[in-house]
Amino acid sequence: MIAVESLRYVYPNANEVLRGIDLTIEDGDFVAIMGENGAGKTTLVKTFNGLLKPTDGRVLIDDVETKKTSVAALARSVGLVFQNPDHQLFCETVRDEVAYSLRNFGYPLDVIERRVRGILETLDLMPYIDSSPFMLSGGERKRVALASVLVSNPKHIVLDEPTIGQDYQQKDRLRNFIVQLNAQRKTVVVVTHDVEFVAECKPRVVLLSGGRITADGTAEEILTDGALVERASLLRPQISLLFSSVSGLPRDVIDVFSAKAIISNVVRGRK
Amino acid sequence: MPIIDIKNLSFSYAGAPRPSLNNINLEVEKGEFVIVTGPSGCGKTTLCRCLNGLVPNFYTGELTGEVSVCGLDIRRQPTSVLSRHVGFVFQSPENQLFSLTAERDVAFGPENLGLDREEIRKRVEWALKVTGTEVLRDRAPYELSGGQQQRVAIASVLAMEPEVMVLDEPTSFLDPKSSREILGVVAKLNRELGITVILVEHRLDLATRHSDRIVVLDKGVVALDGPPRNVYGKEAHLIGIGVPKVALLFHLLRQDGLQIEKIPVTVEEAEKELRRILTD
Repeated sequence: MIAVESLRYVYPNANEVLRGIDLTIEDGDFVAIMGENGAGKTTLVKTFNGLLKPTDGRVLIDDVETKKTSVAALARSVGLVFQNPDHQLFCETVRDEVAYSLRNFGYPLDVIERRVRGILETLDLMPYIDSSPFMLSGGERKRVALASVLVSNPKHIVLDEPTIGQDYQQKDRLRNFIVQLNAQRKTVVVVTHDVEFVAECKPRVVLLSGGRITADGTAEEILTDGALVERASLLRPQISLLFSSVSGLPRDVIDVFSAKAIISNVVRGRK
Repeated sequence: MPIIDIKNLSFSYAGAPRPSLNNINLEVEKGEFVIVTGPSGCGKTTLCRCLNGLVPNFYTGELTGEVSVCGLDIRRQPTSVLSRHVGFVFQSPENQLFSLTAERDVAFGPENLGLDREEIRKRVEWALKVTGTEVLRDRAPYELSGGQQQRVAIASVLAMEPEVMVLDEPTSFLDPKSSREILGVVAKLNRELGITVILVEHRLDLATRHSDRIVVLDKGVVALDGPPRNVYGKEAHLIGIGVPKVALLFHLLRQDGLQIEKIPVTVEEAEKELRRILTD
């Protein structure tokens, strides 16, 4: 469980980015943290693995306060994938990059090789196992960063803007992968602006604005609320806009496949 | 003559096992607004880099075929010459801004052209005005929000008075509202100043309304090329591109046997079409 209590965070330049956050994320939850640029989303998730320690308040990971432990110890339970893969990648080959944490944890070589191959397979990266990460496209580098964190099998996985630079198929893969992780009772926290991705995944949505939580609810509740969405500098999903402008259709529909089923039923029912 | 003329272009980065671009043919007329999209690793960024000569002058490798932009052969011109004609806006504005004030960043390009003081001042004022960044002139780029930074980056490119503007996923790091604003600025430059726009985008929901033409790249080749409605009406989503959700919805309804007259590309068009099929 990730528990955040009355969290304030002030950067050394006196910029108060988090102004009192209370949030509980249970094991196996799938949560999207959304909000405008500068809302404090990235700062918040950096407190989860102890990279940032609270100015006031507490963050507890599985009942251990982050202030009372080290980033190295937290790394085993919280895997954080940064927004910009170039802040994270540094090895000569994709294999070395992904094996790095396992080597540090001292796993046997054959286990490391098997797990590295497994995760590269899952993320569609096997063809690049011997390539330099810096030869890859932006979207591919992003997946290498993801693989390097997931390979050590952390209990809580935090992804900062995982869909940037990813195409539709990769997003689909990512969505399926998150569902699988959830099924294994892993916690998945995603920081994202990608309204359409959230509309398809339907996680619990926490809206952050100006360093405070302004809403916490289901994807349907939050993304169909025009005023809330507007204040967080988001836009409503296209399907929600469409369904709320045509009379006689339900208002809480946000994804294409539900929309298609409803319209087909209405049309067939009339004939 | 097309402002961008690409003939049989293939390119492999030095040491890469396979080509990033494979026999590309593409003509873009002056004043077009072209979206370039395609799956991750399809060659979008490489194609953009050819347009201002970064490929092959900076990123080396094997290039065959011809690329002419504004009548200039990219292989015979240094990037410094091409940069007067082709402006480049990157995904992350942090990589593009470096001065202590926004105004100085915008002045940097014209200063390096060796223009006289009055001309530099005139261009800076104009670029700040057109992009709505006049109020930010004395602010340091690192103090600005992502959306504001990207506007300043566009202003700094605009001050070079380019004929072509290439934008490589300029909204990736921005929240949706800022993304919509930035695309609005780009559309205005295209509409009012006639600047030819090449916009690389994954998120097509916001960009589509501004464009005349979508080019879909897949594995280094041009897979689809045409007006958005035609491209979205095909199996574009199967190639792995993020077709706007309303277009995808009507594509699926059509597959399901419903009579869809035209695939909508914006929410407004989708409303009309949906009312029609619900009341027919």
